[in-house]
Amino acid sequence: MSSRAQILAAVLANQPAILPMPVFEPFSPQGSNNLDLFVATAKGIGSTVHFLGGISEVKQLIHSNFSVGRIISPMAELSDVAETDFADLDAHTLEDVELGVFKAHFGVAENSAIWVTEELLGKRVSPFICQHLMLLINKTDILQNMHQAYDKIGTANYAFGTFIAGPSKTADIEQSLVLGAHGPRSLAIVILG
Amino acid sequence: MIQTPKDHATLADDFNIDEKRVGWHDDTLWWIREKRDKIAWQVPDWELLRDAASNIKDHVLSNLNPYLLQFEANAIANGITVHWAANAAEHNQIVLNILRSKEINKLVKSKSMLTEECHLNDFLADNGVDVIDSDLGERIVQLAEEPPSHIVLPCIHKKKEEIGELFHKHLGTPQGNSDPQLLTEAARHHLRETFLSRKATVTGINFAVAETGEFVVCTNEGNADMGAHLADVHIACMGIEKIIPERKDLGVFLRLLARSATGQPITTYSSHFKKPRENQEMHIILVDNGRTKQLGRADFRNSLKCIRCGACMNTCPVYRRSGGHSYHYAITGPIGAILAPNLDMEKYADLPFASTLCGSCTNVCPVKIDIHQQLYKWRQVIVQNGYAPKAKALSMKMMAFTLSSPFAYHAAGKMGRIVLKYAPFTVNNKFNPWYKQRDMPDVPTASFGEWYQKNRNNNEQ
Repeated sequence: MSSRAQILAAVLANQPAILPMPVFEPFSPQGSNNLDLFVATAKGIGSTVHFLGGISEVKQLIHSNFSVGRIISPMAELSDVAETDFADLDAHTLEDVELGVFKAHFGVAENSAIWVTEELLGKRVSPFICQHLMLLINKTDILQNMHQAYDKIGTANYAFGTFIAGPSKTADIEQSLVLGAHGPRSLAIVILG
Repeated sequence: MIQTPKDHATLADDFNIDEKRVGWHDDTLWWIREKRDKIAWQVPDWELLRDAASNIKDHVLSNLNPYLLQFEANAIANGITVHWAANAAEHNQIVLNILRSKEINKLVKSKSMLTEECHLNDFLADNGVDVIDSDLGERIVQLAEEPPSHIVLPCIHKKKEEIGELFHKHLGTPQGNSDPQLLTEAARHHLRETFLSRKATVTGINFAVAETGEFVVCTNEGNADMGAHLADVHIACMGIEKIIPERKDLGVFLRLLARSATGQPITTYSSHFKKPRENQEMHIILVDNGRTKQLGRADFRNSLKCIRCGACMNTCPVYRRSGGHSYHYAITGPIGAILAPNLDMEKYADLPFASTLCGSCTNVCPVKIDIHQQLYKWRQVIVQNGYAPKAKALSMKMMAFTLSSPFAYHAAGKMGRIVLKYAPFTVNNKFNPWYKQRDMPDVPTASFGEWYQKNRNNNEQ
């Protein structure tokens, strides 16, 4: 008997009588203002938050913070400040990217996590391999909690998606927090509108 | 001479030689427990969330066979190759076969407690495959040639000076420098080279969604993603209990996991892998290794609900003062002590006794596993099966005799008081484990029975 058949048979023999899938009421919201909670949480875990009016202000922000180094973004509107046609490159060639700028689907107030999927990233590795990361969300796209987040994602057919909350970090050495483990050293969140 | 493996108490003694380090270890983990409390209490309905998570996991375990089939079918439809491994050896062989089929002999691995349980690194090294662990804590213990001492914080037992020394030796950092910022930066450069040059990666899996065939991997460092998105081959390993029914159930678990683990609102990255990249191979290995057996043990089945947050370790008064290595098993602490005996009751007979049964683990568990009850039940199973240590078995027999005979009970009590009064040196010595860190109590002049008899007589007069 194959291991597959053996495992499935053992599971079937040993699993207890069926217990129902729980039905739970919507969980209570944390705080009364999603935007305030989002900003406070984001800053609390080391992100910076910028309220900007539109793409021209985003360009100014990029310009004032990243005058040197390679910048990538799949957003056509940024083609004068960033490389926008990197999707067909070998992922390894992105190793020297200084800044990646990406549009995101939405943010979650309770943990400041931001949801992005492959089609917004150009390449899967791009928000991880860059030294610094900038994510753009609309002010109206801030949800309360993870339940609302998955309601919004629904049955979306992404190949890869990720919640990003803050810069990459580690506290493995004596619990001292260090930002910039393997991924970006900083996360700038731009809230538009 | 045959070396007998050391048990928890002996290994804890080793850890306790350096009292200052024990205090530091204890305080650090308690600080993490406090962070967990602080953030958990900010979430309204925290207890309802725990209930929901616990009930979802109960439901999954009761319907695991159909969910495994559903997950497999969806993962295959997504373009992922699915393998099944009955035990650790088969799991390791599958990994090796995949690597050999691609002529790859170098691997970068992110954290997976399952691969620790299966001793994958040793097996691959013996077969000529070079493995580099990419989680910083795991890389540190790998350089130190030690196993992780905590499932979330692998090198929590190490002082930064020791890490500075290791990095000086292996990564060329300046001697005597133990600044965490500098050491992390050195590891970042070293591991970036690794990510860019390795063609295969192994990751663990936090949650596997039956409904969609996708799996979720959570890290703070971004190491799983750096490995997976740069490698040609991604092998993801999971125990069969990691299944959850639907994507929306992730909402419940991702709210609980990082808050319980480290007091963070969520991990930096919660990555959902559904399909391989173009020209990438993605494999999932579903591993049993004793899990179906545990599923059949009604008293211990609950242990399979574990989401590996480590909260039970951070709060455990025994773990905090004995260190993770004293558990001599890949999963340390209270949860490890109820998982390990299922795999080898004789080898791990000591672990369920390494607890005060205070119940703190049960109180913090995000999926409400009755950990301390299971520790208590394992003790009975272990004694009934004849695996209790000889000294413990003998003292328990004597205790049973003494407590069941009024004469023996009174005689023993009297004898104890006489000994303590006239010959305290017979108990105040290093052969009495109780005396090791404490003073013996003052000798009572009479037993409660004698006192009661006397006072009752006085009152009646």
